[in-house]
Amino acid sequence: MQYFTNHKWVQFIALVAIFFVLVMAIDPTSGSNLWRLQENIFWHLPNILNDGLKYLINDFWVVNVYDIELDLTEKSTIIKEFTHSISGAVLFCINLIRELLLGGVKTVVTFTSWDFVSDNEWARIPALPWTAVASGAFLLGHYLGGRKLSMLAGTSIIYIAVFGQWTPAMQTLSFVLVAVPLSVFIGLVMGIFAYKSKVFESILTPLLNVAQSMPHFSYLIPVVVFFGIGDHAGAISTVIFATPPMIRLTILGLKKVSPEVLEAGLMSGCNPRQLMFKVLIPTARHDILIGVNQVIMQCLAMAVIASFIGAKGLGYNLLVSLNMLNIGAALELGVSIVLIAIVLDKLSLAWANKQTNYFANLPFHLHYKYSLAFIGILIATSVLAYSASVFFPDKPNYLYIISKAQGLTTQSFWDTIVDWIITNTYQSVQSFNFFMTASILMPIKAAYLSMPVAATLFLVAGIGYLVGGLRSAIVVTMFIGFIALTPWWDRALITAYMVTFSVVTSVIIGCSVGVLCSRNPRATKVILLVCDTFQTFPSFVYLIPVIMLFGVSDLSVLIAVIVYATIPATRYTVEGLRNVPQPLQEAASMSGLNQIQRLLHVELPLAFPHIMLGINQTVIFSLFMVIIGAFIGTDDLGQLIMQSLSKANGMGQGILLGLCVAFIGLAVDHLIHTWSNQRKKALGIA
Amino acid sequence: MSTPSQPVIKCESVYKIFGEHADKVLKKSDGKVDTASLLEAGCIIGVNNASFDVNKGEMLVIMGLSGSGKSTLLRCISRLIETTAGNIFIDGEDLLGMNEKQLIDIRRNKMGMVFQSFALLPHKTVLENIALPLQVKGISTKDSMARAMDMVNLVELTGYENTFPRQLSGGQQQRVGIARSLAVEPEIWFLDEPFSALDPLIRKEMQDEFMRLQNVLHKTILFVTHDFDEAIRLADRIAIMKDGVIEQIDTPANIILNPATEYIAKFTRGVRRERVLSCQSIMEKHDASIDLSDITVAKDAVIDTIAEHVLSEQKPVAVVDEQGEIVGVLNKASIIQIMFGKTHQHLANNIPANNTAENQA
Ligand SMILES: Nc1ncnc2c1ncn2[C@@H]1O[C@H](COP(=O)(O)OP(=O)(O)OP(=O)(O)O)[C@@H](O)[C@H]1O
Ligand SMILES: [Mg+2]
Repeated sequence: MQYFTNHKWVQFIALVAIFFVLVMAIDPTSGSNLWRLQENIFWHLPNILNDGLKYLINDFWVVNVYDIELDLTEKSTIIKEFTHSISGAVLFCINLIRELLLGGVKTVVTFTSWDFVSDNEWARIPALPWTAVASGAFLLGHYLGGRKLSMLAGTSIIYIAVFGQWTPAMQTLSFVLVAVPLSVFIGLVMGIFAYKSKVFESILTPLLNVAQSMPHFSYLIPVVVFFGIGDHAGAISTVIFATPPMIRLTILGLKKVSPEVLEAGLMSGCNPRQLMFKVLIPTARHDILIGVNQVIMQCLAMAVIASFIGAKGLGYNLLVSLNMLNIGAALELGVSIVLIAIVLDKLSLAWANKQTNYFANLPFHLHYKYSLAFIGILIATSVLAYSASVFFPDKPNYLYIISKAQGLTTQSFWDTIVDWIITNTYQSVQSFNFFMTASILMPIKAAYLSMPVAATLFLVAGIGYLVGGLRSAIVVTMFIGFIALTPWWDRALITAYMVTFSVVTSVIIGCSVGVLCSRNPRATKVILLVCDTFQTFPSFVYLIPVIMLFGVSDLSVLIAVIVYATIPATRYTVEGLRNVPQPLQEAASMSGLNQIQRLLHVELPLAFPHIMLGINQTVIFSLFMVIIGAFIGTDDLGQLIMQSLSKANGMGQGILLGLCVAFIGLAVDHLIHTWSNQRKKALGIA
Repeated sequence: MSTPSQPVIKCESVYKIFGEHADKVLKKSDGKVDTASLLEAGCIIGVNNASFDVNKGEMLVIMGLSGSGKSTLLRCISRLIETTAGNIFIDGEDLLGMNEKQLIDIRRNKMGMVFQSFALLPHKTVLENIALPLQVKGISTKDSMARAMDMVNLVELTGYENTFPRQLSGGQQQRVGIARSLAVEPEIWFLDEPFSALDPLIRKEMQDEFMRLQNVLHKTILFVTHDFDEAIRLADRIAIMKDGVIEQIDTPANIILNPATEYIAKFTRGVRRERVLSCQSIMEKHDASIDLSDITVAKDAVIDTIAEHVLSEQKPVAVVDEQGEIVGVLNKASIIQIMFGKTHQHLANNIPANNTAENQA
């Protein structure tokens, strides 16, 4: 008995044994509550939610609004007006940037009227020639980060132009250029408030937790209901999705500022505002910049997903190409998105790192040389483009814009490759596919689906208790219990099966690669760089090559998930091993441990808490990607979320489904964090 | 404004008490501080009834072991933390009664502080770090940068102005910290263990640098350290703290010669007294009848530097002040006593009542 209470693993085995006994004992055919919870009040929750929100939008706080154009007073509600004005503002910003890049009349219309615009030919913003934008990118890159950045930014823009993706790319860019600053601003403001007010922080934290584990799709549904569809809705859902990490990292960064730096600021005579903006934020810069970087990545990832609700641009084209299985086109679009992501990321970093030279006493033309150069180039390229259109009036004007039809394309090349792959590897891929599906995936899926509610909850509660005592047991049981109460238990089990399979695989691959690479400093550097690069790819992009190679199946979703989720596992393993304190490693070597013993007995145990955090990320990444996989066709929670997106009354269902996914993530997150913190404390590295 | 007689810093029964229940306990006793009941309630007494003055141009070194409340006292006087009870006056003005605006004002113009961990802003260059106090005052970028550049030259970091703190050695970083604290030309200079994070050689160098600056600038200084040698090297007066109480506040010589408590005696035991004390502190009364040697020594001379000469003389040696007037005589016996003698008591008895400073602790 003593042995039992002292050894967690014995308890764990007992727990699993009881779980299996319960699984055997509960009869699926009986239709009892132990097997699956029967219909209950929770099943009506989606409708209740729908009605509540409808009331909020249509009947709550009715106000009279005077419409200038129609010259009459209408009834509206405060929420409608509120969302309306936000939509208007966001749309205006997007259109303004878009028309600066692509030309158009909507901005002018905002200030005048459609009649005015149709009467006056000149009343429009002219498009910039792509050559001007590309030179602008060269200049900006050079200004912010020198030669290398200049080349990167400039050639990326040229690539986009030459491949005939100018219009969608600039649409995406305009969308991102609105969403990113907005997210950063809101995140920063909320972060600062949370830092200043304990109460606000304690309200915000649980919301952030849920928000960060809700899948992308579930953000779309309420946004559609409140803001309609279109570019602005896409931007708003993107902002909602991208802001939480920014808030998180702002709070984290501000809290990390050492008290002495804060005191130094105070003693320098800063007032509270100066203390925040001249001392705290600059000092917390590192974390805040990571936040900005995350925002950019999230925005580009969302750029694809937001096209489901009408955001135009590369993402929309990518979806269409994927839908038509036009792999070549999808690949080119994917590359453009990745390029935009990388360029924006690098530019923003360089901007933040830019130093001012206080003693440069330059004459006017040198001081403003970049601005002057840009104006010069703008005029030159415009004149060139214009004269080209005068001299060759009926030829396409390559100096102005290269349309899709005239652009270079490697589509046929990729299509040939895909064809080749399909014809030549069809047999082996098919048999691999068949083998995996029939002998591995299907049995696992079936096993998961045979888990009774009661047994699962028992198992979850038991694990919670073993890891973090009564509190953890209650927390995780509540998370999973919520899912059990909804009608979607089976779907959740399918999600769980896909996530488990991919997490296990990812962790095995990621940790092995991480351990191997950490043996050698060069390899460490390389692998971290690889992880960095792959992390910049919007999640949707991962689907392209797998569809290309494996076609549309459960297996290809899983492969995409595994590729995507292996990144954090690898990165955290490398980081964890690298950060094992040097003295300990030396002590271990001096005690006569060989390489392998040192790894097994010293480094891995010490790095393990950090690696666990990586695994935690792996779980969250997989969860998100599995849900995105619904796009290819799965039959889990994600599929239902996709469906509710197009259903008339899908909002309530969509939100609740999103919560279910979030709760799976939160339960795992809670367990891993609790455990990892305990280990860290025990090892004295907290 | 400060008159010559008015102390720059004046503390009256300053208390700082940490702990959740401090307020409650204080309320119960009508704001009077009752140490016993506070300790019972689980409070930590950071500073316990500190009263002292610091005069213009004086350097008071606060020392004591880790956790004795030195930093806490300093933070009370700079009002980085709120004092629990007592009064603090800066140039006669009530510091604790000041509102936010006055406080910012006094910090912008009168106070400068140097921190143990340097507390530089990591993402600003040396120049930007130094210019921070000037910029928050609203001085134009051009002027503040020019002034910051002067400070860079003052602390001899010329050529490093555009580097980042992480690219500098510890000593150089602390020079930046010093330059920043001096940028607004404060009257009062707080230094909280400024050299503790540096290794011994650099520390010595920085102390010399600090003395050089002080000889030029003549600031009123509160200097915290737990290194007794440092205290003796630098201080006009030393305050020794233990568990929040100032055990003794006096000149270095008096602290060594007349330790107020057993604790302080223990503190000073390892000190090489001949290196610390000046002739003045061990000389005897001049008696015109005594035959004096030909050489004289200055009253400020440290014994270590003149011992050899005095010991090689047959007769006692005259001690003279700046004007050359004889103010006392040095016997060989007292020098031998200082250099090789064992106990303080014995020594103290031998010392004539020439020292006028009284124990204030
Ligand atoms: N914010 C605080 N809350 C509670 N107790 C504190 C706080 N700050 C300091 N103390 C306590 O007050 C006492 C004095 O601390 P202080 O930092 O002044 O010591 P110190 O003499 O500066 O030591 P060191 O040489 O280590 O810097 C210590 O017991 C410390 O634990
Ligand atoms: Mg201290």
